[in-house]
Amino acid sequence: MKPLYLAFIVLTLALLGFSTYQALVVAPTEQTMGDVQRIFYYHVPSAWVAGVCFFVNFLASAYYLWKKSLDADALAAASAEVGVVFCTIVLITGPIWARPVWGIWWTWDARLTTTLVLWLIYVSYLVLRRFAAGSQTQTLAAALAIFGFVDVPIVYMSIRWFRTQHPSPVMGGGENSGLDPVMLHAFLWNLLAFTCIGICLIVARYRLQRMENRVEAAHANLALEGGAR
Amino acid sequence: MSLGPVTISTLVKDLRMEWRSKDAINSMLFFALLVVVIFSFAFNPTAEESRQIAGGLVWVAFLFAAVVALNQTWARELRNQVLDAYRVSPAPANALFLAKVIGNFLFVVILEALMAPLFVVFYQLRSVGPVWQLVAVALLGTWALVVNGTFFAALSIRTRSREIMLPLILFPISIPALLAMVDATTTILTGDGTPDFWLKMLLVYDVVFTLVCLLLFETVLNAE
Repeated sequence: MKPLYLAFIVLTLALLGFSTYQALVVAPTEQTMGDVQRIFYYHVPSAWVAGVCFFVNFLASAYYLWKKSLDADALAAASAEVGVVFCTIVLITGPIWARPVWGIWWTWDARLTTTLVLWLIYVSYLVLRRFAAGSQTQTLAAALAIFGFVDVPIVYMSIRWFRTQHPSPVMGGGENSGLDPVMLHAFLWNLLAFTCIGICLIVARYRLQRMENRVEAAHANLALEGGAR
Repeated sequence: MSLGPVTISTLVKDLRMEWRSKDAINSMLFFALLVVVIFSFAFNPTAEESRQIAGGLVWVAFLFAAVVALNQTWARELRNQVLDAYRVSPAPANALFLAKVIGNFLFVVILEALMAPLFVVFYQLRSVGPVWQLVAVALLGTWALVVNGTFFAALSIRTRSREIMLPLILFPISIPALLAMVDATTTILTGDGTPDFWLKMLLVYDVVFTLVCLLLFETVLNAE
């Protein structure tokens, strides 16, 4: 492991500790929602990391289709996996917060539904990667990644229209209307810490994928040499 | 070689094969019929409220039936290495793709035309809104399903579990199109509001994904 990467991991862990302290101890308790509001410090940063991951996945996939670079494909695979993990966190922490605040676990509101569909699209991407055979995996996966990314704004638009036609009564109570400075402070620290841990995970997964690629190439070479003899 | 003649000759070949075997259309028809019958157990199909869910029901039946046909699209081209031969030929890849899409589109539209009277009879459907709008929704929606379905069938044919893979990757991407089709159909059937937004949505979806498919198909066909 490179020392720079190691140092980054240590820094990330320290940041995570500090931001958790900020979120759980320093930040004031929200008046109407109570302590459950603190989940916001994890929910929103996770959503941000998931979004960034899916965007990186799109860029890496497009670059792969253009240059056929195996490293770009490794980055696409890594970012999709990490993105799905953080998207799962978003989908789990959301209902935990919604149950006491809205009174229900789930509502088919535009943002919730879009997140769920986003999650479904990228899970199907991972399934395709798992089931595709041999060296064509990268191209097939990259093609699907482009489809998924193009689909997201269409999903959001259609579901927003669908739900504005039939408004659901549980909506309202946005937490963005005037955040306490101390809360904002804790939130920003968490955002930074989560971004760092997202980067850590992507880099680790990227290096692993590259190593796998190299082992596979070495195996192929060995088989070719054996055949020549 | 140019796009038009190759597309037409491939399409004519596919249609002739389908006309002689009737594999795709027969399996789709029987499958859709089964779905209609099974759905009728889930709720009282003659109730007045059934019109509220008829849109979803019709499209789920057509979607599942279309997957049956889509899965067979490329299977016959794999035998005797037809796809490999196509790859080394100078014919444009998109001609092959367009021919397959148009072929599947015709099959599914024929299926819908044959099944629609059955739905009307079994579920006592009666449209409050204008019927031409239902036709527009059917044509735009079918194209949305078929253009992506044909493309994803070409992806899934190269994976280990061919038949299972197609719905797994097709359904998540198709969610906005399905939502538009279902809601537009329900709106027209109940006469409650106008489906204009959904028709525009479907048109945008069709244009965007047809372009993406045409841009990427050659890459996927040549993937090694």
